[in-house]
Amino acid sequence: MSVIAAVSQFVLGALFDLNRPGHYVHWGFIQLSVANLVVIGIMIVLFVAAILIPYRREGGDR
Amino acid sequence: MTVDSERESPTRNLPGILEEDAEQWTAKLRNAAIDALPPQRLMPDRQPAYVASWIYVFGVLTLAALAVVIVTGMVLAIMGPTWWHVSPVGHFVNSLHLWSVESFFAFMVVHLWGSFFMAAWRGKRRLTWVFGAFAFLASVGTAFTGYLSQQNFDSQWIGTQAKDGINSTGAGAVFNVLNFGQMLMWHIVLLPLAVGVIVGVHVLLVRRRGVVPPFALDEPGAPDDPPGSSGTAASAAIEGEA
Repeated sequence: MSVIAAVSQFVLGALFDLNRPGHYVHWGFIQLSVANLVVIGIMIVLFVAAILIPYRREGGDR
Repeated sequence: MTVDSERESPTRNLPGILEEDAEQWTAKLRNAAIDALPPQRLMPDRQPAYVASWIYVFGVLTLAALAVVIVTGMVLAIMGPTWWHVSPVGHFVNSLHLWSVESFFAFMVVHLWGSFFMAAWRGKRRLTWVFGAFAFLASVGTAFTGYLSQQNFDSQWIGTQAKDGINSTGAGAVFNVLNFGQMLMWHIVLLPLAVGVIVGVHVLLVRRRGVVPPFALDEPGAPDDPPGSSGTAASAAIEGEA
């Protein structure tokens, strides 16, 4: 195993334990995995950021 | 046969069409295609100023992710299941295929949100919106059959969970999610073809009608689109400033 693989396994393994059932949230008949919920949250953050952050144009701020 | 410019049809803007050939379907089709998408509109050098926003980037990000999906899928098809299940490089390309699909959907949904809140169907852009929706649905089907093609416990679980839902629609008679060969063929032939064609039409429609302007630039009272403009009058007015 390479050093990078060993290090990444050690670091990510500590953050996300994949050797166990996933976590889920329940809301009535809706059931969502926490992983998917995080992805949806990131997409919403991306959407809001894309609207709010100015687009840098070539040649200055005209 | 040589082309005589004096005999060219004066009613068409295409050079090189003889009058006696103008009624041929090839000439008509070519004329219609050039009328709908002249080269400067098909591949423009400049975009309207309002396109300088990050929200407009997500459409092309979706296309970029789709390109990675297709290329990695082709590599997987060339090398075969043993390679992508066993070898480290195969694992890597397999992961690239998965994560480019994840990126594709994330970018596509943000693009969808942006298009929805801008009411991107304005200005005769209804078909663009409809083909975007079809692209989304076809992509969901492609991703679903991809999960069924993994050849692991995950695909078995998804297949057995999905069969009852599919059967309840009546589609199970011709679309059997437990039939691995059929799902693989749908995943690597039929559905990618559908997604490719639909996305292609979507992009051509975007080029034909132009990118939808923000609401403030599309208020009533603005003059009509000038001929040959790529979008609304407002967009044409500021075109070239981006």
